[in-house]
Amino acid sequence: MFMKTSIITLLKKEWQLEMKNKTSMATVLLYVLATVFIGYITMKRIDNLTVWNAIYWIILMFGFFNAATKSFFYENKARQLYLYTLISPYALIIAKMLYSALLNVCVALITLFFYIFLLGSQPLDGANHIVFLLGILLGSTTFAGVLTLLSAISAKTNNNFGLLAILGLPLVIPILLTLNKVNNIALRGLGFDYAANALLILLGFNVLVVALSYVLFPYLWRE
Amino acid sequence: MKQNWWKYVTIILLVYTFFFSFYIPLKPGIQNTSTEELFKGPNNAIVVYGYNTKFIQEQPPKVFIQFEDDTKICAFTTTVLDEKKIAFDIEIPDSTPYKLAHLVIQYADNYIFSPNAFRIKGTAKGKITSTCPEHNSSDSTQVVTFPNREILNETIRNLMFHVPMWFVMMFLMAISLVNSIRFLNSPKPIYDVIARNAVKVGVVFALLGIATGSLWARYTWGHWWVDDTKLNGAAITTLVYFAYLILRNSIQEEQLQQKIAAVYNIFAFVILIVMLMILPRMHDSLHPGNGGNPAFSSYDLDNTLRMVFYPAVLGWIGLSAWILNLRIRIDKLKNN
Repeated sequence: MFMKTSIITLLKKEWQLEMKNKTSMATVLLYVLATVFIGYITMKRIDNLTVWNAIYWIILMFGFFNAATKSFFYENKARQLYLYTLISPYALIIAKMLYSALLNVCVALITLFFYIFLLGSQPLDGANHIVFLLGILLGSTTFAGVLTLLSAISAKTNNNFGLLAILGLPLVIPILLTLNKVNNIALRGLGFDYAANALLILLGFNVLVVALSYVLFPYLWRE
Repeated sequence: MKQNWWKYVTIILLVYTFFFSFYIPLKPGIQNTSTEELFKGPNNAIVVYGYNTKFIQEQPPKVFIQFEDDTKICAFTTTVLDEKKIAFDIEIPDSTPYKLAHLVIQYADNYIFSPNAFRIKGTAKGKITSTCPEHNSSDSTQVVTFPNREILNETIRNLMFHVPMWFVMMFLMAISLVNSIRFLNSPKPIYDVIARNAVKVGVVFALLGIATGSLWARYTWGHWWVDDTKLNGAAITTLVYFAYLILRNSIQEEQLQQKIAAVYNIFAFVILIVMLMILPRMHDSLHPGNGGNPAFSSYDLDNTLRMVFYPAVLGWIGLSAWILNLRIRIDKLKNN
């Protein structure tokens, strides 16, 4: 019970921080939009399903990395100490992951909107929209799970963004491969039967990463 | 002397491995045939190129083709051209209902079987009877040989090098994991020293595993690297451990470095298990051991291979433990 209330409070705190200095969310969105625009300038409209899908996820991936750098770097020493006295690390990591997952889903959907706006929605015409959205949802949350712990690790070093990329990119490859599979299935209009295996792999990876973060984060936090 | 016995065992095992994995010849096999199609009626002068064979004029080998239900048709003439080359003539009855034929050559004590060596042209619905006397199909070769498999051929020797590299890598990473967990429970520097050096040695073995693997792939699959779950998993795992080493270097404060490295190391090991053991089983893979491709299951590995493979694994693990031991001792001396 105590854990639940503290998670909710922490989520509120994150949201208020976000609202207070709007720069962080705005940075991620601007980053993603600029990349989409570059995609538009270089490729105009994309009709090829595979390319359309691949470019979308590559843009999103960098957006997620950008968002993840923020999840721990804004915690300064004093605030960390304050939080340390107040709540359990488990509540903190769960709240961070939840918030990051929500943020990622928002970023993914907003990116999708602009992506369709600029690069065309031809590939979505014959698609299975439910599977496609499910892929986006699961993909964004899996990214959030993986990158939150890594962000906590790299926040401890003095080479923030570079290290997050080094730690995160290898782990992101299997996620991207599986997502690619799911979305290619969805864009071809095929249903759950075909995508079930890949979706399960994503879900399994997600659960695994969350469990690992939950177990390992307390060791990271205590200094 | 007493505490170093395992180093001597390692040396003996590795010498044994290197010697026998290159010395033992492959079983005689069929490399090539001049045609892959047989026509109804007489087919003349089909040339068979043998590998590691010793055909002799005085005792011409018995050549026959065998169909899926063990019906056999014998060659009516067989000529030995040289030790590695024979020619034979064979007549296929018009009523042959089969599409594919295996080629069998028997000489001296050898029994060479080449599955689906020929396609039969033309269709028919009929029945044929064997034109061959019963033969003894048991393989009674006395010489110690490695199996001669299609496509694999001589690259089967890579089993003694490529596979143990990954065993060793997992062995070292497991040592590293155990010591990282011990470090998180009670932060003594020695656990960190072991964990760090185990990863450093393990990464070298992973690179060797990739190198031997891609050399093998070049000769069997035709490319240095193919897009395959198991290969990608191996590459990702190696990158994750490189990231571990970079992570260590980017934290200046020593105690913080040790703790964060321990946390990341546990994370990395779980990723290793997922990438190398779980994901390849969920996808199709070209790699031996996946999707029905032969590997070292009890069914595929013959006794001669096993005789060299098990000592090879032990030898390589011994070598890695030796290197790790030396590195840890050097680190201890540096810190004193």
